[in-house]
Amino acid sequence: MSVLLIAEHNNKELRPFTLNAATAASQIDTDVHAVIIGHECEEAAKALSELELIKKVIQVEAPHYENFVAENFAPVIVKLSENYSHIISSANTFGKNLMPRIAAALDTSQISDITKVVSNDTFLRPIYAGNAFATVKSKDNKKCVTIRPTSFDPCESSGGSAPIEKAEAGEEFAQTKFIKREEIKSDRPELGTARVVVSGGRGMQSGDNFKLITSLADKLNAAIGASRAAVDAGYISNDHQVGQTGKVVVPDLYIAVGISGAIQHLAGMKESKVIVAINKDGEAPIFSVADYGLEADLFEALPQFLEELNKLNTIQK
Amino acid sequence: MKILVAVKRVIDYNVQIRVKEDNTGVVTDNVKMSTNPPDDNAIEEAVKIKEAGKATEVIAVSIGEEKAQETVRKALAVGADRGILVKTEGILEPLAVSKLLQKIVEKEKPDLVFMGKQAIDDDCNQTGQMLSALLNWPQATFASKIEIKDKSLEVTREIDEGLETIEINVPAIVTCDLRLNEPRYASLPNIMKAKKKPIEQINASDLGVDTTPRIEQTKVEEPPKRKAGIKVSSVAELVQKLKNEAKVI
Repeated sequence: MSVLLIAEHNNKELRPFTLNAATAASQIDTDVHAVIIGHECEEAAKALSELELIKKVIQVEAPHYENFVAENFAPVIVKLSENYSHIISSANTFGKNLMPRIAAALDTSQISDITKVVSNDTFLRPIYAGNAFATVKSKDNKKCVTIRPTSFDPCESSGGSAPIEKAEAGEEFAQTKFIKREEIKSDRPELGTARVVVSGGRGMQSGDNFKLITSLADKLNAAIGASRAAVDAGYISNDHQVGQTGKVVVPDLYIAVGISGAIQHLAGMKESKVIVAINKDGEAPIFSVADYGLEADLFEALPQFLEELNKLNTIQK
Repeated sequence: MKILVAVKRVIDYNVQIRVKEDNTGVVTDNVKMSTNPPDDNAIEEAVKIKEAGKATEVIAVSIGEEKAQETVRKALAVGADRGILVKTEGILEPLAVSKLLQKIVEKEKPDLVFMGKQAIDDDCNQTGQMLSALLNWPQATFASKIEIKDKSLEVTREIDEGLETIEINVPAIVTCDLRLNEPRYASLPNIMKAKKKPIEQINASDLGVDTTPRIEQTKVEEPPKRKAGIKVSSVAELVQKLKNEAKVI
């Protein structure tokens, strides 16, 4: 049976993780159909039909789908699910909000946040914030699976020409009303998806000293992270927190400055491709996960770091 | 307004997780257990709403083995009025938990159900949404701000793109994010007082819910080990290595 991918979009464009989810879906079964639910989302539906891995697009339109309210979306997917063995979406806030509502309606035990497709019923997923990996096998007839986007490459955005079918809209769920969305417009990349993250810990000693982190992050086009200790000390707001109780990040380069490396912090960053640790305590646990460790006073090292970067002709963005 | 708050007993977030040698799970014997961190935010918010005079009762419920009583007791110590422990053995999937909670909701008839957005053990992030689907109630997940209105709530949600505000009519489910509030510590007098608050014990088997797992956990492994790194002696060497060896800048 085919698999059904739930497209994430903003009614104009596809959200990029839809492409990663399409790759994961195609590893379960090559007959991937995608459903797009929205309002005046013609353009996004067309983009979806052009993804190389998508064999059919189902478009469902109504004004009450404009703001992606899960209570409105779930019944549409449940109705379509009859013809599919698997329902797939990204494990970002869109998919996390929506998929369990579908799974419960289908009486299916959902498998969240997979990092690998082992077979069409068996998946690998991190537990305990990535401190362990579980291989899980679903015994349900219909499987609801969310995928960790950074674990799958995005598929090609062109080369496909899937037919677009329209399906009937469902009723509006009257108990939930969308009011507004405030997208954080920042020149800085978002912490969860940034290629480079520079994080500060309690070693920064004050919120003011985080300026040193900001300058380095500016230079590297990086997101700014922090340890829980730095957040608890009030140096920086909690939305920067990396760790088991904050965000889990997987950048190409993670620079930990003045962070000792508590377990809960390591859980949020140790899957990063390259880790740099700058700390004056040579025994700090952070060095055990660092590819490059520099035992130094950060207040000397950070200005030098900027200087050295200024000497480079090019810096990857 | 009556608020039911679901709390889960999990391995403390500061404990180094160790995988069992036979790869059947993680070591839980003699390991410090605590309340799932965002569940603390859920309790805190419910208690704050009661203190503001907008709720009449806060009930803490946990589902798990006998020891989960400690988790309920802790919720009572920070201000919940009474507790419920649904006793079970073995692994419970979020679908089963939400079905058990549904039974408790039908019995207690709360106006609001709060819980953490996710448990830090299985990291599933499902129970609140599933409960909301089973009850056909509105849901507000990842809440970072809750404003109580007459018969509704205005909730600000943390989403990947920023913040979203929705209005949901009661009865409703809210799953709480860490930014929602700063959970208080229980004071000694309140810990003593909590010992006198009632905890009703219910056997899950008496609730008529099939909790048989649908997912077989075939193996639990350590994450791939990082290969040992090197210490560099200067910032200049560090930048040179990042540029030419790791090729990340």
